[in-house]
Amino acid sequence: MAIEKFSKDHEWIRVEGDIATIGITVHAQDQLGDVVFVEVPEVGRKVSAEEAVAVVESVKAASDVYSPVTGEVIEANGDLAATPGLVNEDAEGKAWFFKVRLAKPAELDALMDRAAYDDFAKNG
Amino acid sequence: MSADPTASAPLRRTPLYDLHVAAGAKMVPFAGYDMPVQYPLGVLKEHLWTREKAGLFDVSHMGICWLHGPDHATTAGALEALVPADILNLKPGQQRYSQLLAADGGILDDLMITRPEGNQSDGTLLLVVNAGCKDADYAHIAKHLPAGVRLDVDDAHALIALQGPRAVAVLSKLIPDIESMSFMSGRFATLDGQPVHLTRSGYTGEDGYEIAVPNAHVAKVWNLLTATPDVEAIGLGARDSLRLEAGLCLYGHDIDKTTSPIEARLQWSIQKRRRDEGGFPGADRIKAELANGPKRRRVGVKPEGRAPAREGTEIQDMSGKPIGTITSGGFGPSVNGPVAMGYVESAHAELGTKIQLMVRGKPLPATIANMPFTPHRYVR
Repeated sequence: MAIEKFSKDHEWIRVEGDIATIGITVHAQDQLGDVVFVEVPEVGRKVSAEEAVAVVESVKAASDVYSPVTGEVIEANGDLAATPGLVNEDAEGKAWFFKVRLAKPAELDALMDRAAYDDFAKNG
Repeated sequence: MSADPTASAPLRRTPLYDLHVAAGAKMVPFAGYDMPVQYPLGVLKEHLWTREKAGLFDVSHMGICWLHGPDHATTAGALEALVPADILNLKPGQQRYSQLLAADGGILDDLMITRPEGNQSDGTLLLVVNAGCKDADYAHIAKHLPAGVRLDVDDAHALIALQGPRAVAVLSKLIPDIESMSFMSGRFATLDGQPVHLTRSGYTGEDGYEIAVPNAHVAKVWNLLTATPDVEAIGLGARDSLRLEAGLCLYGHDIDKTTSPIEARLQWSIQKRRRDEGGFPGADRIKAELANGPKRRRVGVKPEGRAPAREGTEIQDMSGKPIGTITSGGFGPSVNGPVAMGYVESAHAELGTKIQLMVRGKPLPATIANMPFTPHRYVR
């Protein structure tokens, strides 16, 4: 059973074993509007928690995507370069951004669960 | 679409505010107004809809004012002291684009000037100025008017724009005989029993009209138009991407007090008589720039690849030397790729010049490109 958590920067993270899959939330894509460009990190890159590692751009503006956890990027979603609109269609599914091998699993404890995030997004 | 510097002041609302909210628009502060940035359709589809059918824009935040003088020559002469366009030779019903200039030739605002048709309008000019500049513009104009010429700010009319290839067909069902209007002309008309003034012009690169409607009636006109299957309400987001693809300047971004009309490549809007005679603020600088070329020029920029380059992005030559700055940039939905404009040193302004854009610390290859990025479809 995967663990699902959320960051204050509106990323979701799904953890199975020591592999975390990361993307932006449905709420985040709704705030951004039509996504027209995505840049994902290179495989092998070492990332720290709260480091800006990817970029998502809507018609209106560019936004950084942060890694909620520390670790090494083991895979990035190549589909997003060609079809950035996937982020609007399936933000918490097919439009995952990258996968990280967790170096500090304890960092997950500081993140929100879905109920806490929904509340944060509604009031934030 | 920059953040509003006057955000602490209470936001003003146009007469169409309630309709925007009811339609599910996302409202944002813009130039002191609470304005729709997009409707549920979204910026991308709103943009494409306007190019394909007809988009309806609330531009009531813009400033409408009238100059009244004893005759056309007097009023035109008064305005010609502030702008470089030929106003004296405007025919009744003709419209021109120009700029209010500072003494050093910098642009205080850009504006549309119409000489209304009809004998009873002799000595009257209709001005439409930018929302963010309107109070300063009115003060500037009023201060410089000679005795006998008066500025009347028009708070009684809302301004809406119907833009796109279907605009003429849609609007001609409500106002007869408008197909024959030429681009950049205006006339008085009756719409749903109400007196309106319309011009065949706009800010999208498409054919279309801008219509000044009495405040109390604009909601009904808006509903009449949006009830037409070819018409969708369009927000400021798509308005920005449409004008960017059309290569049109946004005041405060692509032109401002530090740029001259020649640097901004707006020399087409300065007619020959004014170039020869001068008599407008900054005429010496503008004549010199026309003769010798300006130090820098506004250019179109086409980034390679998919990444947009936003306002403020540094432009470098291929050796890495800074040569200018992007002033507007983003994604062009009709181009289906990134588009931008900015200023570069004149030596680098030639079409096809290879440049690089510093986006997130990395050089992004780009080319100095022709504007508009999408062909204008004005009806001449």
